[in-house]
Amino acid sequence: MLEVDKDTFEAEVLQAQGYVLVDYFGDGCVPCQALMPHVHAFAEKYDGKMKFTSLNTTKARRLAIGQKILGLPVIAVYKDGAKVEELIKEAATPEAVEAMIQKYI
Amino acid sequence: MSKLYDVIIIGGGPAGLSAALYAGRARLSVLLLERDKDGGQIVITSEIENYPGCLEGESGPTLIDRMAKQAQHFGTEKIYDDVVEVKLEGQEKILVGKKGEYRAKSVIIATGASPRDIGCKNEKDFIGKGISFCATCDASFFEDFEVYVVGGGDTAVEEAMYIAKFARKVTIIHRRDELRAAKSIQEKAFANPKLDFMWDTVVEEVNGDGVLESMKVKNVKTGEVREIRADENDGTFGLFGFIGYLPKTQIFKDIITMENDYIVTDEDMRTNIPGVFAAGDVRVKSLRQVVTACADGAIAAIQVEKYIENM
Repeated sequence: MLEVDKDTFEAEVLQAQGYVLVDYFGDGCVPCQALMPHVHAFAEKYDGKMKFTSLNTTKARRLAIGQKILGLPVIAVYKDGAKVEELIKEAATPEAVEAMIQKYI
Repeated sequence: MSKLYDVIIIGGGPAGLSAALYAGRARLSVLLLERDKDGGQIVITSEIENYPGCLEGESGPTLIDRMAKQAQHFGTEKIYDDVVEVKLEGQEKILVGKKGEYRAKSVIIATGASPRDIGCKNEKDFIGKGISFCATCDASFFEDFEVYVVGGGDTAVEEAMYIAKFARKVTIIHRRDELRAAKSIQEKAFANPKLDFMWDTVVEEVNGDGVLESMKVKNVKTGEVREIRADENDGTFGLFGFIGYLPKTQIFKDIITMENDYIVTDEDMRTNIPGVFAAGDVRVKSLRQVVTACADGAIAAIQVEKYIENM
C-alpha cells in the first residue's frame, strides 16, 4: 500500500499505466478507519496484480475535489489515469471493494 | 456445532456496549455482533455535551472507544459480521451472518438506526458528491465553501456549528419557522455569525455535473420555488442532512412486533418473543440519546440474566 499525497498523486495515479486503486480517507473519519484494514489486507492478497494507494484528503482537499471526491470513504479504481469506478460511503463495504478489485485483475 | 452463548448482542453502539458490559459483569457468556464499525451512529457525531460525565470536547469516537474497551474488559467476544437471517422462536436462538452462524439462549437487538434521507429529487446521485450525513467525515472538504444543513433538531444545529468551523457560511434549512433544538443549543446557534437560517423551507431537487452545483428549495408557506447555485469560484457547495433516523429492523419484519418499523418492548426491554430483547434507538421510545440507549442496554442485560436463570 503506497501512501500518496498532493505532490505524488499525479505521478503515481494519474500518470500510471494499468489499474490503480485509491483509498480516499480523512482525519476524523471513523468509517474510513473501519474500512482501511480491509483494504490493506486486499493490497497484500492481490499484491502485484494491481497497484494499491491511499490518499489522506484532509491534507489534499483541492486535489480530492478535483477528482470529484466530496464525501468519505471512497475506494476508486483508475485505469491509465482515468477513474473507471468508485465505491462511495455505505456502498464501500469490504465485500463490494473486493468484488470491484476482482473485476479489474 | 458452534458455541452456545448465553446472549448475543446485535449492534456495537452505546446500547449494545452497555448491555455487553452488564452481561459480562453478570458472568454471562457474551457475543457482540457488529456489522462494520464500533459505535453506530455515534461515531459520526462530532460533539457530545449531554452524556453525563463526558469530557469537555468529547466526540462520538472518543466516547465509544472507552465504552468498547470497558465492555471488552469484562469478557465480551466480538465478531464483525452482518446478520442477514434470524431464527428466534425456539429456546435456542440462531443468527445467520454473512460469515457464519451463531447460537445463543437469548438475543439483545441493538441494531440502532441510520440517517434518514433528505428526500429530494436526484439525492442518491449526489451522496458523497456534495450531499452528506456525516459532518466528521466530510465537513473539512467544505473549508471556506458554503454549506446548507437540513433539519431543526439538536443534531442538525450542533452539526451545523461544527461544520461552521470549516465553512465560510452555513445555512440551516428548516421546514418550520422555529427550531426544535434545546434552548441552550439555539442560543449558541443564533450567536454564531457564520450561521444563517432559511425558515419554512424544504429542498426539492439537487443537480450538478458530477458534483452538487445547484438545488431547488421551496417555501412551504408561500409555495415559492427558487434555485440556489454554487458560488462560481467554488463550483460546488455542501448539503448535510440531519432530519432523523430510520430503524434497522428489516430482518425482524413479520417476526417481532413493531410500530412504524421500530421494535415494541415493555419497560424491561422484552419483545413479543421470549428471550429476545431490544435496546436503544431501535425500539419505540420518546427520547433517542446515548444516555437512554445505555440505560436500555443495562436493563436488557439484567433481564437476560433473569430469563436464563428461569430457563
